Amino acid sequence: MNRPAITSILILAGTSVPGLCHAGAADIPAGPGLGRPATPAEISRWDREVAPDGTGLPAGEGTAREGEGVYVKQCLSCHGKDGLGDSGDQLAGAHMGLTSDYPEKTIGNFWPYATTLFDFIRRSMPMTAPQSLSDDEVYAVTAYLLYLNGIIGRDDKLNAKTLPRIKMPNRNGFINVYKKEKGGDGAR
Amino acid sequence: MGKKDKTGTDIAAGNGLLDRRTLLKNGLRFGVIAVPAVAAAADRTREKFDPARPPWMLTPGAGFTPYGSPSPFENDVVRFPAPNRVMRNSGVSFTPLHLMEGTITPNGLHYERHHNGVPQIVPEEHRLLVHGLVKKPLFFTVDDLLRYPLRSRQCFIECSGNSATGWNRIPSRFPAGYVHGLVSNTEWTGIPLAVLLDEAGVDKKAAWVVAEGADAFALDVSIPLEKAMDDAVLALYQNGERLRPENGYPLRLVLPGWEGVTNVKWLRRLELREGPIMSRDETARYTDLLPSGKARQFSFIMEAKSLITSPSTGMVLKSGPGLYQITGLAWSGRGRIREVQVTTDGGKSWAAAALQEPVLSKALTRFRIPWRWNGSPALLQSRAVDETGYVQPSRSELIAKRGRNGFYHYNAVVTWKVDSDGTVSHVYENRNEPSGDHVDIDTGWD
Repeated sequence: MNRPAITSILILAGTSVPGLCHAGAADIPAGPGLGRPATPAEISRWDREVAPDGTGLPAGEGTAREGEGVYVKQCLSCHGKDGLGDSGDQLAGAHMGLTSDYPEKTIGNFWPYATTLFDFIRRSMPMTAPQSLSDDEVYAVTAYLLYLNGIIGRDDKLNAKTLPRIKMPNRNGFINVYKKEKGGDGAR
Repeated sequence: MGKKDKTGTDIAAGNGLLDRRTLLKNGLRFGVIAVPAVAAAADRTREKFDPARPPWMLTPGAGFTPYGSPSPFENDVVRFPAPNRVMRNSGVSFTPLHLMEGTITPNGLHYERHHNGVPQIVPEEHRLLVHGLVKKPLFFTVDDLLRYPLRSRQCFIECSGNSATGWNRIPSRFPAGYVHGLVSNTEWTGIPLAVLLDEAGVDKKAAWVVAEGADAFALDVSIPLEKAMDDAVLALYQNGERLRPENGYPLRLVLPGWEGVTNVKWLRRLELREGPIMSRDETARYTDLLPSGKARQFSFIMEAKSLITSPSTGMVLKSGPGLYQITGLAWSGRGRIREVQVTTDGGKSWAAAALQEPVLSKALTRFRIPWRWNGSPALLQSRAVDETGYVQPSRSELIAKRGRNGFYHYNAVVTWKVDSDGTVSHVYENRNEPSGDHVDIDTGWD
């Protein structure tokens, strides 16, 4: 890409070219700098991501006892009774382990982070009405699924403090093959 | 080289494989390879016309069309959907590779993978947010993005679940494209992602970028910053027209050579972070379980692969013994295809196929080789070698390395058996597979 040519095109188009400062590779052409600053308030409405350290978890809480009703109403039709799976994934109750010839991957024996469960339910479930559950309902149904998998008790309270502390059984079950190939932190 | 058959043609390998340079000779006449009969094709009403004075020369033709469609006589060349049995908007649809030639996938035939349907995004109300470990978090409208310097490049996108039924103990009987067609090849036009990251000012601590889509799944995955700064593209155009809704309209992240799920469609948010977010689709899914019980994670790169698209399973060598053209596709997420080797005797001898120029990095590459079929049963395979020297594994090699339960990243050599009656079917090179199946065509796509 020929930067002088691009610059002249932009000038012909009457577009201003703000400071040509580049942190990255030398062949990155200058953009016209049209991005509008995003405020922290705007970002918090856009970013509902929950990280493994619990960053992004909202206020609210729930228990498995409360979550059973949410599950029956919102999840059971696809995921089956007790999370045993149907047209949707099996979520609990694996009879076959990960090293068997016919392994069953469930939350309890496969998912490495409990925070992922909260994040995924809040962003994507139920499929017929995503993002329709309240934060309390998401905590409660997350608790119910962890309870079905024998990871927490029926009345354990799940909230922004307790959820990131849960250590999932398969936490160390993954090999970062990208990092392995690249060396270093595998990202840059 | 140097050996010739009784017609004086150079022989390249056993069982009738001819030198690829034979393709440059005049007067080659290939036998007819009939494609599988499907309902749509069988329904065609074939009136008998006099080709010297056909009716379409005797009356004025149809008028102009604002947007063209294929000939009605090609209406069996369509995607093959394999949706979830309840949530019919979740699943995949396959590109009919076995019914196509060349390397470019027409937009209407690009494979689809939707986790909860195709959103109908109003472009004026779509935004891209770049935030996290940046100096200036920024919003971009689609109109903003269309004013940036654009670049075009051709590359394939392949779902890492492509060919997943290959893990089965019994060979799939579906046509080649409906098993291996979760790969498509497109000229994407857009903005190098580095340009926008540069504008936002990447913090030194940032090492990963989380990309999120604006669909009803809000699918999110983490991508190493290294790739984002290298050849990642924010695609706005697909083969010259704006993206199709099912391919991410109005904005898609394209990561050449990397598994489909990281090529986030309907892109709405990029967050720079120190580490990956550990989303569901990079932990519970899109990780490859090994026999040890550990799973490969962040297995982004689609390794070299090839497939004979014709003749392929379900087809018939209709002209009987004689000269046929073997053709197929090869690709590698690590760069260019260096060579495609073809065998017709089940791997006893191999010959290099002709590669259709231009051979582009991380793009589908068409290969062709002439074959004189002697009428006996034959085993056809292709094997890709990429510019890094990586050789596409045999099925036994892949299974020895990965087991049978990885689901993703199946890139083994595919075997087509030609019977003496000319029918072509899918077989495995190792006939002593244990029985019993695990991967169904529709599992894994919820």
